[in-house]
Amino acid sequence: MPEFEPIVGRYFTMDVQGAPCRIYVEEAGSGIPLVCLHTAGSDARQYRHLLCDPAITDHYRVIAFDLPWHGKSVPPQGFRQIEYKLTTDLYKETIMAFCRAYDLANPVVMGCSMGGRVVLHLALEQAGYFKAVIALEGSDKLEPYYDLDWLNRPDVHGGEVCAAFVSAQVAPQSPDECRWETLWHYMQGGPGVFKGDLYFYWHDGDFDDRSPLIDTDKCPVYLLSGEYDSSCTPERTEATAARIKGSKATVMEGMGHFPMSENPVLFRTYILPVLEEIRGP
Amino acid sequence: MLEDLQARVNADPELVRRGQWVNLSFVLGVGEAEYVIAIADGRIENVEARRLPTHGGLFAIRAARETWEEHWKPIPKRDYHDIWSMLPKGLATLDGDLLPLMQNLQYFKDVLAIPRRKED
Repeated sequence: MPEFEPIVGRYFTMDVQGAPCRIYVEEAGSGIPLVCLHTAGSDARQYRHLLCDPAITDHYRVIAFDLPWHGKSVPPQGFRQIEYKLTTDLYKETIMAFCRAYDLANPVVMGCSMGGRVVLHLALEQAGYFKAVIALEGSDKLEPYYDLDWLNRPDVHGGEVCAAFVSAQVAPQSPDECRWETLWHYMQGGPGVFKGDLYFYWHDGDFDDRSPLIDTDKCPVYLLSGEYDSSCTPERTEATAARIKGSKATVMEGMGHFPMSENPVLFRTYILPVLEEIRGP
Repeated sequence: MLEDLQARVNADPELVRRGQWVNLSFVLGVGEAEYVIAIADGRIENVEARRLPTHGGLFAIRAARETWEEHWKPIPKRDYHDIWSMLPKGLATLDGDLLPLMQNLQYFKDVLAIPRRKED
């Protein structure tokens, strides 16, 4: 028999806004549930290194799922007639539907990029439910800096252009193999999905007006951002942290926008102390 | 740094293969200086200082000389490490017909970053 990784992948169907969605989910470990949210235009494969790290899975049940339209989760029925657009409500309801389906008690939720944004919404609105939130590359506001129409048009290859846009977001120090695996996920995204996700990340999901309302005594907030992140820059992370009293922000040197997949060895030096603090003595 | 751009790109068969559908000229602005870079089937045919206003290309990428010099360091500072991180910081500009750039974006990024690589 081959030497299997500890990750187990499964499918199930859950209702989101009244529509059944077939979800693909991977998990490993036992202990405190740690729900992991992938970046815009990618999928849960980004978390494979965390799922295989016994220093994490000895204490946490790590669960990473593909959002509908992403990875191996299918788009909802009739998707051919829909222009995909991730709204704030749809995103939040999908995550909460997932947690309900799994019957998770007091989980930690960690998201990257748009996932790092939505966990701030959850820290405010679901403070009693989540044990803590970890925002990787997750500021509460961004300024758009390119025209999203380039990401989905018939005369530009969607996979190639999505990967080429985000390749700027990988730190130059990150190992080449990890860089290209991270970009490969972008090359495999469905047409218009990255663009549809960025509707949330760049437009609908702004949270700077509400992030000061988060009570970190009820729900601790950790912000970790890469030095080389051009969207959630260190400055935007620090501005977000300044608005969330009691939050803990760290700038990860030599890291870009995809810490868990672009440089997992470096990332664990930043995330292990956070996970240790959350689980307590 | 541009004098050996042509030789270094053409000596990289993988880069040339990825640019095999690129047949155009574009303008590279380095501070006040402008260069017209002519590409055929992914190979750089010519790098030449822009002679006249009518001597141009389909699109132009421009940045200050100091910006390119930082871009070409083995580990550039943040914001200088990629054209797409230079743009939001106002460190580079794009003009012209961006379609062929977008159709081959990683190729053009890699061509323009090739001075960064260590000498073989």
